[in-house]
Amino acid sequence: MKIAFTTKGTEWDSMMDPRFGRTEFFLIYDEENDELKPHDNRSSSNDAHGAGPKTAQVLFGLDPKVLITGNGPGGNAASVLKKARIDIYVGAGDMTVKEAWEAYKEGKLKKF
Amino acid sequence: MKEIVVISGKGGTGKTSITASFAFLGGADVIVADCDVDAADMHLLLQPDFARGEDFYSGELAKIHPDNCTQCGKCAEVCRFEAISVIDGMHTVDPLSCEGCGYCARICPTNAIENLSMNVGKWYISSIKTGSLMVHARLGIGADNSGKLVAKVKNEAKRLAEETNKDYIIVDGSPGIGCPVVSSLSGASFVVLVTEPSVSGLHDLKRVYELVKKFNLKAGCIINKSDINEKVTQEIEAFLREENILHIVNLPYDEQFTKAMTNGQTIIESDTNGLKQMIVDSWSKIKLTIN
Amino acid sequence: MKIAIASGKGGTGKTTLSVNLSAYLAEDEEIVLSDLDVEEPNSGLFINARMVHEEEKYKMVPEWKEDQCTLCGICQEVCNFHAVIQLGEMIMVFPELCHGCYACSELCPTDALPMIPKKMGMLKHLQNDKLSFIESRLDVGEEQAVPLIKQSQDYIDEHFTDDILRIYDSPPGTSCPVIEATKDADFVILVTEPTPFGLHDLKIAVETMKELKKPFGVVVNRHGIGNDGVLRYCEDKDIPVLAKIPNDRKIAELYSEGKLIYNEVPEVKQELDKIIAYLRTLKQGGVQ
Ligand code: SF4
Ligand code: SF4
Ligand code: SF4
Ligand code: SF4
Repeated sequence: MKIAFTTKGTEWDSMMDPRFGRTEFFLIYDEENDELKPHDNRSSSNDAHGAGPKTAQVLFGLDPKVLITGNGPGGNAASVLKKARIDIYVGAGDMTVKEAWEAYKEGKLKKF
Repeated sequence: MKEIVVISGKGGTGKTSITASFAFLGGADVIVADCDVDAADMHLLLQPDFARGEDFYSGELAKIHPDNCTQCGKCAEVCRFEAISVIDGMHTVDPLSCEGCGYCARICPTNAIENLSMNVGKWYISSIKTGSLMVHARLGIGADNSGKLVAKVKNEAKRLAEETNKDYIIVDGSPGIGCPVVSSLSGASFVVLVTEPSVSGLHDLKRVYELVKKFNLKAGCIINKSDINEKVTQEIEAFLREENILHIVNLPYDEQFTKAMTNGQTIIESDTNGLKQMIVDSWSKIKLTIN
Repeated sequence: MKIAIASGKGGTGKTTLSVNLSAYLAEDEEIVLSDLDVEEPNSGLFINARMVHEEEKYKMVPEWKEDQCTLCGICQEVCNFHAVIQLGEMIMVFPELCHGCYACSELCPTDALPMIPKKMGMLKHLQNDKLSFIESRLDVGEEQAVPLIKQSQDYIDEHFTDDILRIYDSPPGTSCPVIEATKDADFVILVTEPTPFGLHDLKIAVETMKELKKPFGVVVNRHGIGNDGVLRYCEDKDIPVLAKIPNDRKIAELYSEGKLIYNEVPEVKQELDKIIAYLRTLKQGGVQ
């Protein structure tokens, strides 16, 4: 299974980015082969309100099953993610990626 | 690094004076971001030096090049915004009406229409009198305040805060409930709602809090001019309890707000009575809550 | 005659002036007051009137017809606002982001995106004797105020004859909604406070009106606080100051209760009289 994180950097120790639409990076963790791949989303960080759906579309292309983030996406982006059948877990905005991953495994994050 | 965003729904509640006072108290630990780009006022209190400025482009604007135009009229036919008219026999775009949808350029048979990037304003990084830096902007006249310039100001403030290892970003948020305020709220650690006890104040507070709730953000509230209408103040307090919003403080109706502003000062610099202490206490309370 | 009441930013007393001026004028003549601050209309809180008509307001947005779509991707490519996106074998439309330009709909090769009406807000028409009050409210989450402002003005044009004075309470600021609300006005009243903030916002508002080539005048609210910067600026630039509404805690209290002030504070009535006198000279001067 692939899991996506909204992050400010590209390492396990990087901080999470609490935002969805304007997140700086996505880190995609592939459980099967234990691989961590970054996707640079900074070009949309200066985008307008329409950033959400566009970012959601990008995430769809990266094909994760689960998204771990901070505040949770806005309504438009949420509806794209729903259609794309990506489960969203929120409340990890103040953690590092590693902490967020562990919190998710322990069932400590809230489902959006 | 924590990001504190101050918003108020509508203007006139003393939001900017309070935000600037917090910035002053935070001193060198705080990067300031003025996201009220449509009516930016914070610079009048914090005296930035406008050291670095840059134009900001967002959206598009159609421009017809007369040399390539055969005056076929197709562009005017498809434009839904009545932005293209014939002036002195030439098809011409009215920049104030053009929405930048790009439809006309797509269908022009002779490629006579160019989509120009639109200059919607200017943003600045300045040194301010608190010994820190401030990011601020000025939206151009008739520009579409889509929230992009607000996002830019916030992102620059964040970048600066990270580079210089600051503890806080304090954001003077945009008014209303549209895109600019959504952009101001994005990524906030804590939201300070500034309101006043009037029928419209309460009404706006409820509307803007809907947004805060949608983003799952923690919030606190300052009731300014609280003694103007005790009854509405009580209603606001009840609303805060109901929604579990931290009640930070009730400030009195005090013309000191205006006096300080007239001297280009924050309340912290100019006040001699209790108002200053109340704001100092509020700032401590906010810091305590978010750390 | 159409009068727009505007200000560089919110909270300067724009709504207070709009409702008090309208109610006072309506003691003698028919008046239409319209709250064009459709994102946060507040004038209605001060007006006691009976609802005569209410209607939903629509804008046109595309709707995807799956069975007709060949997934060519043109729609996503032509939309400058990311309001339509392709997601695998699906096309999604985001009505709140749509500006209604028709590009995707008309350029779709298989007519798979017909435009359909979508509710964006409500228009209310209220009446209290000679005062007609038109309020439009944008639904939360809708992002384009301009189409609703335009439709509100159209409603007024259809339902009232030209000789009735119209007062538009405009949205604050200088961005597109303000332009839309003031561009048809014959005269604009800019409301400001005599403080450095007020002066700064006034200068921006003045620039905007010059850009639109609108005649305008200034009303100073909370006169007596702050300094004389605003008055000096108006004198320098030859901008008429129509009235100075005094600073008075009583006014703030009445406002907080949602009450009209001109009957309670005589100075306010005097200042309103000055504005009305000015508007009359304009009318005689040929402004329609
Ligand atoms: S469609 Fe092109 S060629 Fe035709 S009038 Fe417009 S600009 Fe000119
Ligand atoms: S870009 Fe769109 S709004 Fe502007 S002139 Fe062309 S068709 Fe009209
Ligand atoms: S343009 Fe029409 S046919 Fe092509 S993807 Fe869009 S809806 Fe489908
Ligand atoms: S009508 Fe225009 S703005 Fe709306 S979805 Fe289609 S292309 Fe985008």
